[in-house]
Amino acid sequence: MAKVPVQFTLNGSEKAEFIDSGTTLLNALRDKIGDTSPKGGCHQGTCGACSVIIDGELRLSCLTLAETCDGAAITTTLGLAEGGVMHPLQRAFLDTFATQCGFCTPGMIMAAKVLLDHTPNPSRDEVIEALSGNICRCTGYEPIIQAVLRAARANSQNAA
Amino acid sequence: MELRKNYFADVRKDDLHEIGQPRPRSDSPGHVTGKTAYFADRSFPGMLHLKMVRSPHHHARIRSIDTSEAEKHPGVVRVLTAKDVPHNVYTILILIQIGPEDETVLADGKVRWKGEAVVAVLAETERAAQEAAAKVRIDYEVLPAVFDMEEALKPGAPLVNEYHGQNYYLYDSGECRKVRFGDVEAGFAGADHILEQSYQSSPIEHAPTETTGCVVAPEGNDRFTCYTNTQAMFFTLDNTSIILQMPGSKLHFVGGTVGGGFGGKVDVIVEPIAILGAKLTGRPVCFIYSREEEMQISSPRAAEKVVIKDGVMTDGRIVARKVTGYTDAGAYSRHSPYGAQKGAGHYPGPYTIPNVWIDTYCVYTNRTPSSAMRGFGVTIGDFALEVQMDKLARLIGMDPLEFRFINAYRDGDMKAHRQPTEGAALIECMQEASRVANWPVAEKYMAMSSYAKGA
Amino acid sequence: MAIRRGRGVAAINYPTGMNLGGDPTQALVHSTPTGNFMVTLSSVDLGQGMKQIMAQICAETIGVPTDRVVVDTADTDTGPHCMGTFASRGTHRAGNAVIQAAREARQVMLEVAAEELEVNASDLETDGQGNILVKGAPQKSISIFDVALSAHFKRGRSISGRGMFLIPRSYPEKETGAMKPSTCYAHACTVAEVEVDDETGEVTVLTVKNVFEIGRALNPKMVEQQLVGGSWMGISHALYETTEPYYPNRDHGGTDFNQYLMPGPGDLAETKIIVLERPSADGPYGAKGPGEMCANPQIPAVANAVFDAVGVRIDTLPITPERILRALKAQAAN
Ligand code: FES
Ligand code: FES
Repeated sequence: MAKVPVQFTLNGSEKAEFIDSGTTLLNALRDKIGDTSPKGGCHQGTCGACSVIIDGELRLSCLTLAETCDGAAITTTLGLAEGGVMHPLQRAFLDTFATQCGFCTPGMIMAAKVLLDHTPNPSRDEVIEALSGNICRCTGYEPIIQAVLRAARANSQNAA
Repeated sequence: MELRKNYFADVRKDDLHEIGQPRPRSDSPGHVTGKTAYFADRSFPGMLHLKMVRSPHHHARIRSIDTSEAEKHPGVVRVLTAKDVPHNVYTILILIQIGPEDETVLADGKVRWKGEAVVAVLAETERAAQEAAAKVRIDYEVLPAVFDMEEALKPGAPLVNEYHGQNYYLYDSGECRKVRFGDVEAGFAGADHILEQSYQSSPIEHAPTETTGCVVAPEGNDRFTCYTNTQAMFFTLDNTSIILQMPGSKLHFVGGTVGGGFGGKVDVIVEPIAILGAKLTGRPVCFIYSREEEMQISSPRAAEKVVIKDGVMTDGRIVARKVTGYTDAGAYSRHSPYGAQKGAGHYPGPYTIPNVWIDTYCVYTNRTPSSAMRGFGVTIGDFALEVQMDKLARLIGMDPLEFRFINAYRDGDMKAHRQPTEGAALIECMQEASRVANWPVAEKYMAMSSYAKGA
Repeated sequence: MAIRRGRGVAAINYPTGMNLGGDPTQALVHSTPTGNFMVTLSSVDLGQGMKQIMAQICAETIGVPTDRVVVDTADTDTGPHCMGTFASRGTHRAGNAVIQAAREARQVMLEVAAEELEVNASDLETDGQGNILVKGAPQKSISIFDVALSAHFKRGRSISGRGMFLIPRSYPEKETGAMKPSTCYAHACTVAEVEVDDETGEVTVLTVKNVFEIGRALNPKMVEQQLVGGSWMGISHALYETTEPYYPNRDHGGTDFNQYLMPGPGDLAETKIIVLERPSADGPYGAKGPGEMCANPQIPAVANAVFDAVGVRIDTLPITPERILRALKAQAAN
C-alpha cells in the first residue's frame, strides 16, 4: 500500500510519519504516534469519543484522513494539562464527578474546550449544543453539563 | 442528591471515617487526562486483526465453506473454521452446571441466527482482514426460521437448537421454572375483580461507548496474556480454558478498566477465538467489535412477554396473582435460563399476596442470543407489574399510590418463594415520594412502617 | 390537538447478588513496609467505581485514610477469584471479602502495635488518621507507619489478611419454587411527569422524582453518579431503546448511534434523587447493590404517566410516538 508522509504538530510537538494512504487520523494517532487519548467508540462518526481539535476546530478523528492533516496543529486531551497542572475543564470534570467509565471523557473535554475557546461564558443551551455530538452511556449527561458550566465560571473568575 | 437521614435513624450509626464520605475517585484523574489505559490502548508489534465472517441467514444449513480465495488475499495470515476450535460446542453457565452445551464458537454445519460467527480471518491489517472476509464463500441451504415466542412454542415449529431438542429450556421443574404459593384459583374465585393483561418488550442494547473486545499477546513461555474488557475475569478464563482445552495456568487475563458494561460484557465471545488465533499464529491478535457488531451481534437484553392475572378486592387487597413470563433467549442459552429463573424469584414484586402462581419460560428463537443486562430478569417484569398495579388501582377507583401501600411487603411477610421478608423499605420510599412529588396520601399510610407488624 | 400532561408512579424492589448460581468473591489485603495497604482482587470495575469503593471499605476497616489504600484488581495472576461484576453484587460481595481480609490484617497490626507500646492489643484503637492509640490514654500512641516498619524489619510479622465471602447456592424447589434467590433488597419509588403531544405522539419527560433506598451510601457522590445515570437509562428504555423496533420482526435494527435512539443532553428530564438508608444485615457497612435497580422504576412510572396524560395504555416497550398515535387512533375509532 502506498505510504504518504505527513507532518503536523500534536500538542505542540512536531510529528512526522509515513502512513498508509487512507489511514484515519484516529488510527494514526493511536497506533503510530501512541496518543491513545482519543477513543474509538464507533469509527463511523456517531459517538464523538474520538474528537480532537484541529486548527482550533472540533473534528472527529475517525472521519478525518491523516494525510489531510499535513501542516495542521492538533490538540488532544493528553495535551491539555500544562506543566503537570490540569486544565480548568479537567479539574471541573473531577470536581463534579462527571466521569464514570471515562471512555467518553476525552471526547467530551475536547468538545467542551472548543466551546469555551469560542464562547467563554456559554449558556446551558450552548453547552448542550456543544456536547450533542458526544455519546455518554453512564452519566446521564447532567454532571458533564455541570462540569462545563463550572469550568466556564472558573475561567471568568480568573479573567476578572 | 439528598440523603434523608431521618428514615431508619434508629438502625444506623453515622460514626464512620471513610464510609459515607464523598471521596474523589482514584480513577478519575486518569480519565480526564486521557491517560487511563483501556484494553484497546495496548498494541503490540506484529499484531494481527481478527474479523468474523457472519451468517446472512436466520437459519440455514452450511453445505460448504471455501476459504481458498480469502487465504490468498494479501496480508492474510490464517483463516479459522469450526474444525480449528478444540471444544467448539460450549455454554458459559456450564461452570455452574447449567447445561447443555448448546452453542458453537464457529458455526459447524448450521447457523441459527443472522450474524452468527462462521469463519474467523486473521490478517496484518484490519482492512486486509475485512477484504479477505468478503472473499470467504459459504454455500447455505436456507431453513425456515421462527422469531415469535408463541410460534416457537407451538408443535411443529422449526427447531431452533438441536442441543435442547425443543424450543424452550428444560428446567428440573419441567418446561418452566415454577413458584406455587397458596391456592391461586381459590383466590381468583373469591376476588371482587379479575384483571388479566399482557406486556411485551423488545430487545435492548447495552450500548457501552467502548465496544466488546480483547488484545492477546503470546508471552513466549507458552502462556497467553489477554487484555480484555470482560465483566468477569475467571469466568472468562475458565470458559476459555474449556473451549481451547488449554490448562488455565497457560492463561493470564488482565482487565478491570472497562468503558461501560451494563451486562453486555459477561458473554465469553471474543477471548477464546482471539487466543486461539494467537496460539496458531504465534502472534499478538486483537479482536474488537465494530459498533455495528456491538449493536446487532452482541447479546441484547432479552425481549420478554409477561402475562399477569390478578384477583383484587374493592378494599384494595390483591388476593391472587398469576404471572407467566417468557424470555426470548434467541438461538442459544448464554445467561437466559438463569435470567428467566431470576424472574421467577422476583415476582410477584414487593407486595404481599397470599396466593401466587408463577411460570417463567426461557424460549429459543432464530435471533441474536440475548443475555444479561442491568436489571437482568427483573427490569421488564417491573414494567409489567407496575403498569398492572396502576390499572388495578384505577379498576377499583383507588389512588395508585395508596393502593401500593395497602399491598406493600413488610418485615416478616412470607414471600411467594418462601423467604420471609427482611429489611423492607418500600413503604418509606413511597412516603418520601409522596412528600417530594406532592402526591398526598391518607395519614394512615404516612404512619405505616416496614418494620414487622406489631414490632 | 393538544399537549397533555400526566403523572405516574411506580415502586420496586431489587435483589442483590446471584445466589441461584453460588456467589463467591475473595480478597487479599497486605501492608507495605511504610504502612500503606494493598487490596488484591480479581473483581472488575466497569466504570461504576468499584476500585474506589473497595479502597474506602478497606480504609474504614483498617482505620487509615483512604488515600493510603491501593487497589490492585482484575489480574488473574495476582488477584484471587471473584465471580464477576453483575447482579448488583460487586460492592456487596467484594466489599464483604475486603472487610474480612482487612480485619485480619488489622488484628496483626494491632498486635504489633501492642508489642511496641507494651499494652494489650484489645486496649488499642485507630484514630482514622494513621495512628494507633491506647483507649482512654491517647497520648500513648504509635503511627501505623512505625508499626508497619516494625512488623517488617523487627518483629517478622506479616500484616495481611484473607477474605472470602460466599453465599451458598440456592436450588429452587421443583414443585413449589421455594428458593433464596438473593440476599438483601434495595427499594425505589419514582414519580414521573410527562407531556404528550397527541398530534405527534411525542413524549417529553418533564420531571422524575426518584426515592431510592440502598442500605448505605458508601460514597454519596458515587452513589449519585449511579442513580442519576440509571434514572436517565430508565427513561431511555421507556421511550427510545430497542435493537428491533418491530419485534418480533427481525428487520429495521439500528446499527449505530444515529439509528439506536437514546436521549441526548438536550432531552433531559429535571431529575430529583433522594436516598434513604436502611442498612442491610449482611452488607458491607450495610450497603446493598444500587447499580441496577436505579434504572427500573422510571419505565413503568413513565408508562403510567403517559396513560394519565392521554388515556391510552402502551403495554409494549418502547413507548414510541408511533405506538401512541396508533393507540389514540384506535381509541378514537371506538
Ligand atoms: S469513533 Fe469517531 S465518532 Fe465514534
Ligand atoms: S462515563 Fe462512561 S460513557 Fe461517559
